[in-house]
Amino acid sequence: MRMKAAKPPLPSQDKRWKIIDAKMRKLGYQSHALIETLHAVQESFGYLEEDALKWVGKSLRVPPSKVYGVATFYNFFTLKPGGVHTCVVCLGTACYVKSAAHILEAIETFAQIKPGETTPDKQLSLLTVRCIGACGIAPAVVYDGNVAGRLTPDLAIEKLKGNLTHAS
Amino acid sequence: MLLEELNAIAEKEKAARKQIRIRCCMSAGCMSSQAAEIKQALDKAVADRQLGDQVEVQRVGCMGLCGQGPLVSVEPEGVLYEQVTPETAGTIVEALAGGTAQAQRGDPTRPFFSRQLAVVSKNGGRIDPERIEAYIEAGGYSALHRVLHEMTPPEVVEAITKSGLRGRGGAGFPTGLKWATVAKSKGERKYVVCNGDEGDPGAFMDRSVLESDPHSVIEGMAIAAYAVGASHGFLYVRAEYPLAISRLQIAIRQAKQYGLLGEELFESTFNFNVEIRIGAGAFVCGEETALMASIEGRRGQPRPRPPFPAESGLWGFPTLINNVETFANIVPIISWGAEWYASLGTEKSKGTKVFALTGKIRNNGLIEVPMGITIREIVEELGGGAPEGTQIKAVQTGGPSGGCIPAKLFDTPVDYDSLMKVGSIMGSGGMVVMDESTNMVDVARFYMQFCMEESCGKCIPCRAGTVQMYNLLNKILERKATLKDLEALEELCDMVKHTSLCGLGQTAPNPVISTLRYFRNEYLALLQPEPGEEKAYNNGQTAGSATTR
Repeated sequence: MRMKAAKPPLPSQDKRWKIIDAKMRKLGYQSHALIETLHAVQESFGYLEEDALKWVGKSLRVPPSKVYGVATFYNFFTLKPGGVHTCVVCLGTACYVKSAAHILEAIETFAQIKPGETTPDKQLSLLTVRCIGACGIAPAVVYDGNVAGRLTPDLAIEKLKGNLTHAS
Repeated sequence: MLLEELNAIAEKEKAARKQIRIRCCMSAGCMSSQAAEIKQALDKAVADRQLGDQVEVQRVGCMGLCGQGPLVSVEPEGVLYEQVTPETAGTIVEALAGGTAQAQRGDPTRPFFSRQLAVVSKNGGRIDPERIEAYIEAGGYSALHRVLHEMTPPEVVEAITKSGLRGRGGAGFPTGLKWATVAKSKGERKYVVCNGDEGDPGAFMDRSVLESDPHSVIEGMAIAAYAVGASHGFLYVRAEYPLAISRLQIAIRQAKQYGLLGEELFESTFNFNVEIRIGAGAFVCGEETALMASIEGRRGQPRPRPPFPAESGLWGFPTLINNVETFANIVPIISWGAEWYASLGTEKSKGTKVFALTGKIRNNGLIEVPMGITIREIVEELGGGAPEGTQIKAVQTGGPSGGCIPAKLFDTPVDYDSLMKVGSIMGSGGMVVMDESTNMVDVARFYMQFCMEESCGKCIPCRAGTVQMYNLLNKILERKATLKDLEALEELCDMVKHTSLCGLGQTAPNPVISTLRYFRNEYLALLQPEPGEEKAYNNGQTAGSATTR
C-alpha cells in the first residue's frame, strides 16, 4: 500500500493559495487535477511561478518534471508575469482573410514589442491567439478580456491607447 | 423530479410570459459589441415607460447573423433590428408605443434565415440560456424522461443508428455504431465525454451551441450515458470560450438543483453526473486520445489506436467521445423520431449541419442547413455573395485539416462524401470565403504554420515534416524556390499524410494538396528556374530576344 505523504504547507500567508488548495481538495488531490489546478494558479496570480509549480506538484504527488511538462505544453499557461494590460490579437482564418496581420504589425510597431513580450515598463503584454470564435466580427482583438471586432489597424491602435490610459 | 413536476415548471414559465418579448442576443459576438449595455438600455426604457406588465426583455442565445450584430428581435411581431447601439436601443421600446425606432431594421425573411433548417439551433435566439426553466418550457428534458421510462438502452442505440447521424466533429463516423461499441464493451465504469475543444480557426459552431443552448448538450450526454451504461460525463471546453464555460457551469448547477443531474433521475435507477474540464490552448486536444490525456491531467499527446476509446478510454475504461453538435442532435432525434431525422439530408449524410460562414462574404454568421445543399446555395443565397467589387475565388472548409474548393466546383453538394471527393472535408463546420485578393500559396503557408506550431512533437513525420513544408512554402513565397522544391513539397505532403500518428499530422498537408490541385498556377508563377537551367536560359537569351526578363 502506498504511504500517504503529508500535505505540504501553503507557500505563504497569501489568501490566494487557499483558493487553489480548495480547488485541489474538490478534486480529491488526484493527479488528474493538475491542469485544473494550474488554471486556478494562473487565474489567481496571472502566471505560473516556480514555487507554485513545486507546491502544486507536491500536493498532487506529481513529479516536477511532469508539472513543468504540462505547464509548458499548453499555450494558455505562462511562466512569466504579464504586463498590467494585455492585448491579444486573433489570428484565426477569418481574421487572417480580413488582414489581421496588418493589425498585429501596427500594434507591434506602436508598442515596440513582439507577440509573447511585455513592454519594459510592464504596462502591456502582446499576445496572439489561434481563434477566439468571434469570426462573425473579424478581425478581432481582445483588450484586457474584452473583445473588439471589425477593426482596422488605426482603430486597433486607438482602442489600445484608450485601454492603456485606463487604470486596471 | 417527476414528469408532472417538469410539466408544471413549463406551465408556470408559459403563464409568466409577457405579451411582447424583446429578445437581445447575448452570445460572444454580440456581447463584444455592447450587448450587455443594450439590454440595460432596453430594460431601462421599459421601466421608464412603465411597460413592465406587457413587455419583457429577454437574454437569448445566438441569432446567427453575427456580422450584423448586435441583434435585437421583437416577438410576436417578428421584427429584427441590426447593429443596435445602447443609444438606439431605447427607441425600439418607443416604437412599441407608436414611436419610431432609430435602429436599423433587418429583414427576417431574407434567404439567410429562410433557407435554414433549425434542428440543433432550434433554441438559439429564442430562449434564455441561463435559465433552465426556459429550456424546460421549450420541451427540454422530456426526451430524457421518455428514454428512461419508455426505452431500453439498446432501443436508444437502435434509434440513433436508424437516424443515420454521423459524427459532427469532422470525420463523420456513424454515431450509432460508436454507441453500440461502447455499450458492448465491458468495464466496471464507463465514461461519456463531450468534445468541445473547437480548435479549427474560423469555426465557432460549438461555441454558439454551448452559449445558446447548454442544456441540449447536457441532455444529449445524459441520454448517451443511459444508452451505453455510463454514469459519469466530462465536458471538455477550450479556455478561449469563457462565456460558454460560465453558461455550462450555470446549466449544470441548475440541472442538479432540479434533480435532472445526479442520482435516480426521474425516479429511475439511472445516475448521471457531469463535470467541466477546461482546455489550455492546444489544438491537438481535439483529437480524442489527446483529449483524454488532457482530462487525465497530462500533456495532450495522442496515442496510437487501437485500442479505441470505445474499448479503452479514460483511465482505461470504455469511453464514448462525441462532439458538441453530435450531442445536440440527440434530443431532436429522440423527440421527433429517427425516421424524421433520416428523411433530412442525403442518402449517406443525414440531418443538418451547422456552419460558420465567414471571410469575404456579405452575411457573416452561423447557419444550419440540410445536408446536400450546394456550396453555391450557401455562398450566394444565404451568404449573399461577395461584398461589392470583389469576386469569390474559393471556399475553405475543414480548417487546417481541410481544403480549398474553387468557385468552379461550387455546385458540389455539402455532404461528407462529396466534399471528400473534391479534396476537402466536412470538418467541424468552418467555411471561410476567400476572394481574388487572397493568395492561395499564402493560405497554404498560414495553415502549415498553424500545424507546425500545434504539432505535439510526439511523432517525427508531423514534428519535422510540417517544419520542412513550412520552410518550402516560405521559400516559394520569397520567390527563391525552383521546381525541385515544389517536387520536394509534394513528396513531403505524401509522406506526412501517410506516416503521421494522429489526425493532426495525417491531415496537415491537406491545405497544400488542395491548393496545389486547384491553384497550381499560383505556385508555378512564384518559381524560379533551376540554377543550371537559368544559365542555359540566359545563354539562349543573349542569342536572341532579351526582352522577356
